[in-house]
Amino acid sequence: MSKSTHLFSSSLGKKLIMSLTGLFLCTFLIVHLIGNLQLFYDDQGKAFNDYAHFMTHFTPIRIVSYLLYASIVIHAVYALVLTINNRKARPVRYAAYEGSANSAWSSRNMGLLGTVLLVFIVTHMSNFWWKYHNDGVPYIEYRTDLTTQETTATELVGEEYTDYVKYVDNDIEILKAKDLYKQVQFTFQNWVLVAFYVIAMAALSFHLIHGFKSAFQTLGFDHQKYAPIIRFIGIWLFGVAIPIGFAAMPIYFYFFN
Amino acid sequence: MSGNMNLTLKVWRQKNDKTRGKFITYQANNISPDMSFLEMLDVVNEELVRKGEDPIHFDHDCREGICGMCSLHINGRPHGPKQGTTTCQLHMRSFHDGQTIVIEPWRAAAFPVIKDLAVDRSAFDRIQQAGGYINVNTGGVPDANSIPIPKVIADEAFESATCISCGACVAACKNASAMLFVSAKISQYALLPQGQTERYSRAQAMVAQMDAEGFGSCTNTGACEAECPVGIKLTNIARMNREYLTAKLFKEEEPH
Repeated sequence: MSKSTHLFSSSLGKKLIMSLTGLFLCTFLIVHLIGNLQLFYDDQGKAFNDYAHFMTHFTPIRIVSYLLYASIVIHAVYALVLTINNRKARPVRYAAYEGSANSAWSSRNMGLLGTVLLVFIVTHMSNFWWKYHNDGVPYIEYRTDLTTQETTATELVGEEYTDYVKYVDNDIEILKAKDLYKQVQFTFQNWVLVAFYVIAMAALSFHLIHGFKSAFQTLGFDHQKYAPIIRFIGIWLFGVAIPIGFAAMPIYFYFFN
Repeated sequence: MSGNMNLTLKVWRQKNDKTRGKFITYQANNISPDMSFLEMLDVVNEELVRKGEDPIHFDHDCREGICGMCSLHINGRPHGPKQGTTTCQLHMRSFHDGQTIVIEPWRAAAFPVIKDLAVDRSAFDRIQQAGGYINVNTGGVPDANSIPIPKVIADEAFESATCISCGACVAACKNASAMLFVSAKISQYALLPQGQTERYSRAQAMVAQMDAEGFGSCTNTGACEAECPVGIKLTNIARMNREYLTAKLFKEEEPH
């Protein structure tokens, strides 16, 4: 038996990378959804804006976010490499090919779904991440009376104010933060973007219905007792609950806010 | 005879792997529904020979669904429209009078066309030679039951060992991946005590040879499992992944 090759140059090693980066991105989705549910608070965006500042300035989270960007890039690059190799493995295509007779549509179209998601991620980050990090977002001041819990919000004009502060003075809590909530409201007035976000979440659903359980198969995890649990989580949490939760946000802002 | 069928065949004809192939249309008339698919092709070939034309080349041997020699991608599916059967065991009653049947060879870079519908599957032999065996010193016959094996393990190993190496998994896979075949061959030894000595070097050697032959990767679509004539299961692929990743990540290749 001949000398072995390096792990990551093998087909199985590349699939291992796809699996691990994919699962890491799945865990991110849970955090991202729970955090963004604060958009549904009726508090003029105070909780959401405070949270957005925390997520972009707390060092451990910033480190994880760079791992996340790297994962997206690695997942996409390896997908491309694997797809090119897979195409080379069948240079002459079939004239008749009944894929639907033996496999699910989503499993045969992970590349297409992933491409939609990549375009979505670029759009999404330019809508919010880029604006937030490049002074495209104005500041807002919240004054909360801690005895009555009443909050008043005042927009801070233009470039005059650029500092995050949070303190309590005379039972009045004062918070000045970037008003990302306003940017969310503004972005989701555009029906084209709302439609694209909803379509992208449908793509996310199909991508994860196949991808989540597939990742465990690639890791070699396939046990009669636990595989049904993984399939259940893949379908109902990652295929249904999370995409619906995300899709609800643009729909909510377009129709009700 | 009543009940016999007239069929239109679109057959892939290709002189050898150096030339480009194309579809040629043939009529198969007066075909009995009790014929096997290969017998139907025999009838068409007899007609071609009578006319002095080159008969259609296709692989076959035992015609009992055991040997794994027959192939054929029929109307978009390996071994035809039925599940759990080889082409030789596919009968013409699975088709209807007047139907057009598209017949193609297995299509994979690792399976070059020899002629027409016959492809060269020696890539499978080379994968097998890379590690699909156990080294045993010949000697006296060991006592029966000297190596206890739990029934569940014996059953699983036996199921993996039923693979007939026909290549339908590669043909069905959208990536022309050979993972189902390779995983079955790795599994049958990895499960049994006799296979332990070379367990991890085997997994690495066979996967390396599989990659070298130019097969694609696994997307876990499950098409291979659905089309396998002997029902080799996807769990073999999970086991291969376990064996391979364990070998790569946790096993030393030299004394430490």
